[in-house]
This record gives sequence, C-alpha cells and structure tokens, in this order.
Amino acid sequence: MVIATKKTDIDLIAHLLRRAGFGGDSSELSKYAAMDYDEVVDRLVNPERFADVEDDLLGRYYPHLAANKDNPAVWNGRWIYRMLNTDRPLQEKMTLFWHGVLATGWTKSEHTPSMVNHMEMLRANCLGNFRTILVELSKDPAMIFWLDNNENHGGSINENYGREILELFSMGIGNYTEDDIKNAARAFTGWTFKQPLPLYPFGHFEARFVYREDDHDAGEKEFLGQRGAFNGEDIVDIIARQDATARFVCRHLYSFFVADEAQVPAWSIQEPRDPDAIETLVGAWFESDADIRHVMSVLLKSDFFKDARYERVKSPTEFVANVLKISGDYRYPDPGLETFEGTLIAMGQKLMDPPTVEGWHTGKEWIDGGTLTERVNFAVDTLSDPSKPGFRELVDELRRDEQPISASVFVQSVLDHLCRLEVSDETRGTLEAHAITQGAPHFENDPEGSVQKVIQMLTLAVATREFQFG
Amino acid sequence: MSMTNGSGSNGHGGKDPVLVVVQLSGGNDFMNTIIPYTEGIYYDSRPLVGIPEDKVLPLNDKVGFHPCAGGLKELYEEGIVAIIQGVGYENSSRSHFRAMDIWHTCEPDTIGTEGWLARVIREFDPDGSNPITAVSFGRGLPRALAAPNVTATSVGDLDNYGLMSSIEVEQERQENLEVFKRMYTPAVGSGLVMDYLSQTGRDVIKGADILAVAPEQYSSSVEYADNSIAQSLRDVARVHTAGLGTRIFYTNHGGYDHHAQEVPTHAKLLTELCDGLRDFMRDLRDHDAAEEVMVLVFTEFGRRIKDNGSGTDHGSGGGAFLIGERVAGGLYSEYPSLERSDWLNDEDMRHTIDFRSVYSTILDQWLDLDPVPIVNGNYEQINPYVKVEA
Repeated sequence: MVIATKKTDIDLIAHLLRRAGFGGDSSELSKYAAMDYDEVVDRLVNPERFADVEDDLLGRYYPHLAANKDNPAVWNGRWIYRMLNTDRPLQEKMTLFWHGVLATGWTKSEHTPSMVNHMEMLRANCLGNFRTILVELSKDPAMIFWLDNNENHGGSINENYGREILELFSMGIGNYTEDDIKNAARAFTGWTFKQPLPLYPFGHFEARFVYREDDHDAGEKEFLGQRGAFNGEDIVDIIARQDATARFVCRHLYSFFVADEAQVPAWSIQEPRDPDAIETLVGAWFESDADIRHVMSVLLKSDFFKDARYERVKSPTEFVANVLKISGDYRYPDPGLETFEGTLIAMGQKLMDPPTVEGWHTGKEWIDGGTLTERVNFAVDTLSDPSKPGFRELVDELRRDEQPISASVFVQSVLDHLCRLEVSDETRGTLEAHAITQGAPHFENDPEGSVQKVIQMLTLAVATREFQFG
Repeated sequence: MSMTNGSGSNGHGGKDPVLVVVQLSGGNDFMNTIIPYTEGIYYDSRPLVGIPEDKVLPLNDKVGFHPCAGGLKELYEEGIVAIIQGVGYENSSRSHFRAMDIWHTCEPDTIGTEGWLARVIREFDPDGSNPITAVSFGRGLPRALAAPNVTATSVGDLDNYGLMSSIEVEQERQENLEVFKRMYTPAVGSGLVMDYLSQTGRDVIKGADILAVAPEQYSSSVEYADNSIAQSLRDVARVHTAGLGTRIFYTNHGGYDHHAQEVPTHAKLLTELCDGLRDFMRDLRDHDAAEEVMVLVFTEFGRRIKDNGSGTDHGSGGGAFLIGERVAGGLYSEYPSLERSDWLNDEDMRHTIDFRSVYSTILDQWLDLDPVPIVNGNYEQINPYVKVEA
C-alpha cells in the first residue's frame, strides 16, 4: 500500500485510534498517519469540528426499528453504528467512558426513552467541564430515578444520590464524612422529574427534570468544611475543586485510556500504577479548572499514553466495535445492528444497563471461559468471513504482493489488517511456523486455496491472546 | 426446623451428589404458580391474572398448582418435590440484576465478588483439575459460578461447543486448536493478566475435549420438547449420564418478567418448565442416574400481590422447588400471609424463609459441605430429605 506522506508512525496512530476510538481500517490509519500526531489529537478532542453521524437514518430505512422505541437493543444497535461510522470517535469513546463511571441502568426503570436521553446527555457533555457533567447528571431523570432522588424530600432525605455522587462519581471513598453525604442529599432535595403521561396505557414517554422549590431544603448546610445555604450546583462546585475529585476522575481516565487499574473499591488502599502520570493529569485538571477536553488532550499527547501499548483488556463493546470496524461491515444502516446487544450480553456488557451503580468490573474481569469463547468465536466468525468488505480488501492487498507470499510477509499483512496488531515474538513464531506448514499462498496459481489460507491465518490471528487487548 | 442435620445422612446411591440449578429469570410470579385458590383476597387483588378456582390443580384445601404445572404435579404426587414457600430476604431488591446478584453471591448489602456455587466448586475441586466440575448451559457464565481462580465451563450449544465451533471441516478446526494451544502455552510468563488469559484458554479447550464425548454416548427414549429449558435439561442429562465428574449444573429459563400479557405467557413458560422437569427426571431414571441428582428451581423475586391490569410488577416473597428421589415431598415454610395488614409496604408478600436457609439446607444435607463460609453466616435449615436408615 502506498502512503503519500507519512508523518506519524502508523502503529502509534493505530494505538491512538484503538484507545480514543474503536480502531480504524487501513484508509483511516493512513489518513491520520499523514498528519502530525498532535494535530490528530486536536481533531479528536474537538469533535464539534466534524459532522455528527446520522444514526437516525437507521430509523428511516427500517421503520420497524424506529417504531420499537421501547427496545434498548434497537438503541444499542444505533450506538454501535455510531461507533463504527463517526468522524468523532473520541466523542463516542468518552460517552462509553462516562457511562461506566456515572453508571445508570435501564433495569430498574425499564424506561427506554429516559435512558436514551441519558446517553445523549453524556454524549453532549463528555468533553466539557466536569461541573457541567455533574450538574447535568443531577438533573437527568434516568439518574434521578436510578438513585431515588425523586424520593429525596426537604425534611425527609433519601441519601442515595448524595452518597453516590461523592463515593462513585467524584471523590471516592474515604474523602468525606457521613455528614457531608447528608448535607449533599439535603442540597439536592427538590431535584426531581415529572412524567407527562401515565405509564398505562400510554407506555413510556420522556420524563422531564423539574426543580420543586417547595420541596427543597433551603437551610444552611455544612459541606466539606464550607457553610452556606447550598443548592445542588453549589455542592457540585465544591466537589469539582477537591483534590480528591481530580485524582479520582483522572485515575478513571488513566484506567480507561492508558492501562488497566485495579477495580475501583481497591483504590483507597492501593497506589496507582503510575503515580507520575496521575500527577500530570491532576495538574492538567487544575490548570484548566476541571476541563475534561484539556485533560484528555494532555493524556493523549503524553509519553505514558504512547508507551502503553496493549495494556488494557478490551471491554466487550470495544472488542465488538473493533472487530466490526475491521470487517468493514455496517458502514450503512443495515438491519442486524440490533442483534449486537445480545452479543455483548453474552460477553458480559449490556449497554445502557450496567450491573450496578458501580458500573462494570473491567480489565481481567472481563475474561472467563465463557466470555473468552464468545469473544474468540465472534472474532473468528466475523473476520474470517470472505464476504465481508474488510476481508476482500486484505485479499486484494495480498494479491499485489510478490507471489508466492513468504510466511513472514503473509503473517505481517494479516496482523496489519487487524488494526496493526502487535504480537509477541513467540506468537509471531507460532503463526509463521503454521504459515510454512500450510504452504505459501499464491493467488495466481491457486486463488481458491490461497483464500482458504487467508481464512485460516485470520482465524488464528484473531484467536491470539494479544487480540484480547487494545 | 433444626440448625443442622448432620452431614451425609441422605445417601446418593453411593455416588457423589449432584446439584442442578434451574434459574427462572425475570421474577416468577409465585402467587400464580402455587395459588392460594380459596382466598377471596387473591381474586380481589388479581381481577385480571387470577386463575379461576375450577382451573387450579389442588394440592390441598388451601393451595394448588397453576393449571399448566401438570408435569410438576406428577412429580409432586410421586413425593419427590419439596415446595418451599415464601422465599426471600430482608429489603428485597426489585432490580432484576441486583436481586439476582444477591441470590448469586449471598451478599445483600455489598457487591459480592464470589458466587456461592463457585465456592462449592472450590471445595469439590481445589486444584482446578476438572474444568467441568461445574457446567452452565446458556450464554455467559452466571455470577453464582464466578470467583477468582475458579474454573467453570459455560456451554452455549453442547452439540457445537467450543472454540471455533463454526468451522465445519473438523480436521481444519483441530489444526487451528493445536495452534491455539501452542499460543496459549507460552514458554515464559508474560505478566499476570496474560498468564490468566493463557490458563483460561487452555481450560476452555480441555473442558471442550472432555465434553465432546457426552453427545456421542447418550441415547434416550425420552423426547424433550423443543424449547430452551427442556433442551438445557436434556443437555444436563447428556453430560450427567456420561459420568464426567460434573457436580454442579446450571440452567436458565428466561422471560418471567410479566408486567404485561401475563396470562398467556406465564402459562406457556410454566408448561415448558414443568413438562421439562418431568421429562428430565424420567430420563435420569431410565439411565439409572436419578438417585444422585437434586434440582433446585429458584427465581430472583416474586411479584406484586395486585395485578396492574395486564400483568404484575416486581415484588418479593417468591418460592423455590427442590426435586429429587431423596427429597421428602411436601410443602415447606409457610405461605406468606395474605391478610392485608401483613402485606409488606402494603403491596408485597412478606417472605417467610431466607434464601440462605434454602442454600444452607442443600449445602449441608445434600452436598455434605459446611454452609457457613459459603452463604456468609448461620441460617436455620429445613429438613426436606428422606432419612436413610443407617
């Protein structure tokens, strides 16, 4: 393949796109490799410079999907479509990030329109100031119902939201008192929602945030050492200025974008993997007054990010989207997207429905015998399918190589096709040994046999341990 | 009730005891499964989903089976079904996932990381030498079977089980699996996560190799129906009768979340379940493989006492069944009181026995294990097994 002007190492670009997006096919990789690395990062952290995906096309093409508004599988299919086709990959990736941290689920309410709005709220604010994110979250009907803030009344508080906004959404356990929780809860009294129409017989309609002043506790509160007649926004403002908040959120960003950290409950007792990296991110947080766009820009341009290749187990969503992206499938709103919710459930991640408010356990915990089987089989079935556009592209490239194709060139081409998969010397050795045993592909003398060899090599390459990482 | 029954008193025909779990997902409506058909308040509360008295299959003059539970009733009449009424726990969660999680981990107040059955696997196979000590049928591994360093096998389709199962040419598949094994057996360690991945990959292959014999050996005169739970139970029978050392089987029957359209859908599910259980027990008997098996049927919660005009919403106070040759059939614990003043939050059935009591009973009296560390505490047991004379 001819690359006009290669400014940036293409493997580094592949790494960036796997982390800040869902990987890329060869044309995307060469497009970005022709730019300066920092310029690519600037494009990623400023998604509004590029047009959004028209995922509502899906509804226009397939009205039966649009009509089935209450089925989360349809919406999750649309989300996968966005991941594959967006020119704003980091926006979708950040949405997935916040979805895991500010975990709100469908299960309790089974209220699909509110969950869809919740996801849209995350998408709209994902690179904004952390204050805005927390205020919008606190006004979000799906969240309000999920953590019972509609049951949080002046004079009779429900602490659930007051507790979780501190423990899970901002500061982490050990950095505040039980009284802080109570006072935070008091400040959020009156933050509720209203339902325009009753569930029966109308079904689910969008709920709207309402602030009920008569149900708000306007009294003085003491919160994290400060006093005042605080309302919810004041609480968020104080939270965003805390060192603990910066550390907690930056550690989440590190774990999601750089390298797997231990599970969150261990954070109060276990040092970060790379304390210096966290310091850098916390510095970026305070110099920008909690601007996530700036923190992400610093993160993606850092050496610790560039060096952290294959230090994360792909989440099921990352795995499935990455495989589909490489396959070249679903570049148009084709039916079938709604089936990927089931694929993801089998791998342990039902989108729009995290198991609890703690979100998903990540890293190594994505893998057990069942999920590994699902992952390997899904990748094998999708990527070694000769009818897929990505497969045909690979074959076209191999045809242009010198025939017969040597084992090392063959293996390298297949690995490059998989978003520049980097493998250990041992794995490479095993794959090359296999290539030698099966005989070199020769597309002129034996086109059909050669395609079979590509199928087999792809099957083995996506079954490697390395392909589970991103 | 007694605190303990003394281990090993129930006999399993000289074979190792086996537990088959049937999970009813979505919250089975216990009140419409075991029906208090003589209570006026039942019919007052459920004008839409109430089962007419003349349709109920009576068990006694108070309660009866749903009309579609005939298969289970047959087993009940043989005296091998213990119906445990009013199973639940304090502050029952109405979230499917959270409630299931609590049942799976025995941790109602915190997020548990170890499944109760994973702890059982650890007792049965401390070295992890048999990856199919526990086998789950369905996609994904239930949390009950998951814990660090515990292996359980999750089978989507027994006839087509394993890695790269879609590859039709068996020789090619075997070739690929050989390469896979090599790639997952690195000469040098490559970090904790990579090593864990290697171990998991090798366990999957080993489990699949062992399981491959099960479909080949099995033949039966019992024809299971063509639905998911009946086929899962058939899979259990196929693996169990192959004698591969599996001690825990896990199956799932979904769709019990009857907020709407309860009358037709619940009837269909109960038919599938109850006929499947009857066929399963018949099949095991034909293979002389029933004595060592006991089935636990459970669900994450019961449903609201009053119907909502189409179905019923999430509630509490469900029920469980124990089925097996060594089970002393009958009704256990008490049916939750239907007196309005006894309703929980004025809408729910109040549980009369903790689910961990059910687990403790099974662990101690069936599997001969100390229940305390598995269910995280001491829970009063019931005595649902036939005593074996010494």
